[in-house]
Amino acid sequence: MDSDPKTPTPPAEPATTSPRIGVDEWVKRSDERTAGPRGLFGATSRLINGVPQVVWLVGFLAFACVLPFVTSNGYVIGVDADTLLYVLLALGLNVAVGWAGLLDLGYIAYYGFAAYLFAELSSGHYGLHWPTWQSVAVVIAATILLGFVLALPSRRLSGDYLAIVTLFFLQIFNNFTAQGQAWDWLGFGAPHDITGGPTGITNVDPFRTPHVHVWFIRIKAHVLDNAPTDYVWIAAAGIAVIAVLLGFVNRSRTGRAWRALREDSLAAEAMGMPVKWLMMLAVAVGAGVAGFAGTVNAAYYQGVFPSAFTFPLLITLYAMVILGGAGSLGGVIFGAVVVNVLLEVLRTPYQARWVFYAIILVGLAVKLRPWRALIAVFGGLLALGVAAHEIASAISPRLVAGPIAEGPTSYSTHGFFATLLRHWMILPAHTYTGGDYKAGNYAFVATIVLVLALTLVKGWKRWVLLVPTIYVAAFAWETDLINQAPTVRPLLLGVILIVLMAARPAGLFGQHRVEVV
Amino acid sequence: MPHETTQKRPMLELRGLTVSFGGLTAVDKLDFQVGEKEIVSLIGPNGAGKTTVINLITGVTRPSSGDILLAGESIVGLAPHKITQRGIARTFQSLRLFLNMTVKENVMAAQYGHTRATIVEQMLQLPRARREQRQIDAFAEEKLAFFGERLMGYRWNQPAYSLSYANRRRLEIARATATRPRVLLLDEPAAGMNPVETHEIAELIGKLRDEGGYTILLIEHDMHVVESISDRVVALDHGTKIAEGTFEQVATDPRVVEAYLGTKATTTK
Repeated sequence: MDSDPKTPTPPAEPATTSPRIGVDEWVKRSDERTAGPRGLFGATSRLINGVPQVVWLVGFLAFACVLPFVTSNGYVIGVDADTLLYVLLALGLNVAVGWAGLLDLGYIAYYGFAAYLFAELSSGHYGLHWPTWQSVAVVIAATILLGFVLALPSRRLSGDYLAIVTLFFLQIFNNFTAQGQAWDWLGFGAPHDITGGPTGITNVDPFRTPHVHVWFIRIKAHVLDNAPTDYVWIAAAGIAVIAVLLGFVNRSRTGRAWRALREDSLAAEAMGMPVKWLMMLAVAVGAGVAGFAGTVNAAYYQGVFPSAFTFPLLITLYAMVILGGAGSLGGVIFGAVVVNVLLEVLRTPYQARWVFYAIILVGLAVKLRPWRALIAVFGGLLALGVAAHEIASAISPRLVAGPIAEGPTSYSTHGFFATLLRHWMILPAHTYTGGDYKAGNYAFVATIVLVLALTLVKGWKRWVLLVPTIYVAAFAWETDLINQAPTVRPLLLGVILIVLMAARPAGLFGQHRVEVV
Repeated sequence: MPHETTQKRPMLELRGLTVSFGGLTAVDKLDFQVGEKEIVSLIGPNGAGKTTVINLITGVTRPSSGDILLAGESIVGLAPHKITQRGIARTFQSLRLFLNMTVKENVMAAQYGHTRATIVEQMLQLPRARREQRQIDAFAEEKLAFFGERLMGYRWNQPAYSLSYANRRRLEIARATATRPRVLLLDEPAAGMNPVETHEIAELIGKLRDEGGYTILLIEHDMHVVESISDRVVALDHGTKIAEGTFEQVATDPRVVEAYLGTKATTTK
């Protein structure tokens, strides 16, 4: 009865012919889909989904909190604290972007505003050293208010318009903070140092717990100046509270209304939902989360700087939310962790190399079917590399005499992977020492050309072409890119996002979405 | 009987309703009433202004002049969600479900207008938020159960995009009823349905009035549906009312016949 509407069942057919209510083609397909994907991927996703999200959250936060005890490596603890800050920010961004579907590009402005406001209230800048709880409460309230105020003019906008207007706010904020050391109140007053200008505000107070004296319980005031460890705990506690609060909202009337307006704002309005108010509310709630994150940021670094709240941070945050799956709380937390850890790992060439080859291997393993094609491509890659290496060394030994890119010596010059690379890849001598990057540059351009060619050919030709493409990309990587971390980090992140978009458009944990059926 | 229902207090009343877009007058001095628990069908050829009338009533489009009264109170100029909260709910000719939400969530979302828990209450799951959540849940199931086995059981937790076309139309009606309306505006509920489903929808609309107690304004092209359930029929052409009365009266009205067929045909009916 409920089959494809294009082929209506003849009216003569009685309504009782369907064997079970609701078993139509679609339901059957849906059942197969909910049965889940097979193989390793299916097993993993079932394992992940089998455990309640709260358990994952508790596990993750426990790991993050215990990390400072396990290691004394200040860098690792610093990354831990940074990652938790990113998680906080991603949670807030998810409210407007993931749930309400608003392309809010001004989000970082709330974060920066909160950090600056905290810095003004709790530093020597004005000589105000407010107690932490007081500053944090005022800052969060003010940031929520700012969210409402900024959402006010944009509440009639959606899509591209909203994106441009909010981006504009961010730009104004950046200009203001960078040049606020002599603000003249739009010409109405004498110049006044508000933001400290390019150098920002330094010597911001760390968080202080209040002195508690209730009846016979007496807890002494404590200054949380052991950064980053103390701020790992603060951020973790914030994440726990905010994730729970947001999780409740998501399941309640407002969360449903946000999703409804994301799906179809006109229909949402027609079903009695005050769409404009809900949009403002989503922006303001997200701003509140960013407000808390901003205070933690200012206290953690004991300073605020205009360059910390600019567009690249926004892009990183969006990458986190998109990669994890916009709209899924667990997803965006996961995305924030993956992206930040990845960006840190990519700082050192040796680790970046692992990421590079891992991406290629995983990408091939996920996308290449059937297995024969996968094995053929791997075999071809190996054969091509060894052959190219032999030919190059026959022409000139210098072509393969180059060192493997810098990194801990024990890993880079010895070891299985290094040996493999040495026999597989052409490594021209003096690639790094003489500043001769030409070969790598040509290879980089060739990679782009080959990738474009890949999109043009179909069938077996594509698999054949894939082999030299990967080899040339690896050559470009080994001879040039690996030493250019600032360029490579966004590049690799972009590649990861492109691969992800092809494999899972809704992000790793995002719900599969259908636009129009 | 038709002439009895017209005597009832009008639930929905349109007075001299006019709207023009640029130079085009889409609806021109339209007057009609829908009595309480009455089913009135709005018919007319394509482009006659039927959907525009619904857009005017629901506040999506503002009238240039004229008035719309819901149970005697003017609703002109109110925001669409306010009008819905006053008790007018609609379905869409081109289905506009929240496709990526589940069937039940669609109906739950529509109850936003008559729940009051603030976002802080929801965050902290205070008693009112939890109580309302239980009510929303129960009410959604009640509204879905109205559609019997068609939307029953395990389908409730499927995404709305998984439903068949006919079931999406049913879900739209369920969603509209979840806003607790007094007046239901159904925009071509039988469009794209096969004859069996069309018959079911016609029965359902009658049941909505009889058991649900809704006042219904129906736009429909399928004359079997219009004939079988309408108390009265209003015919539109070029935004003006050309006929009003029982189905027989309207269907045999020469101006209606002309509007549909384009010529002055003599009918034997």
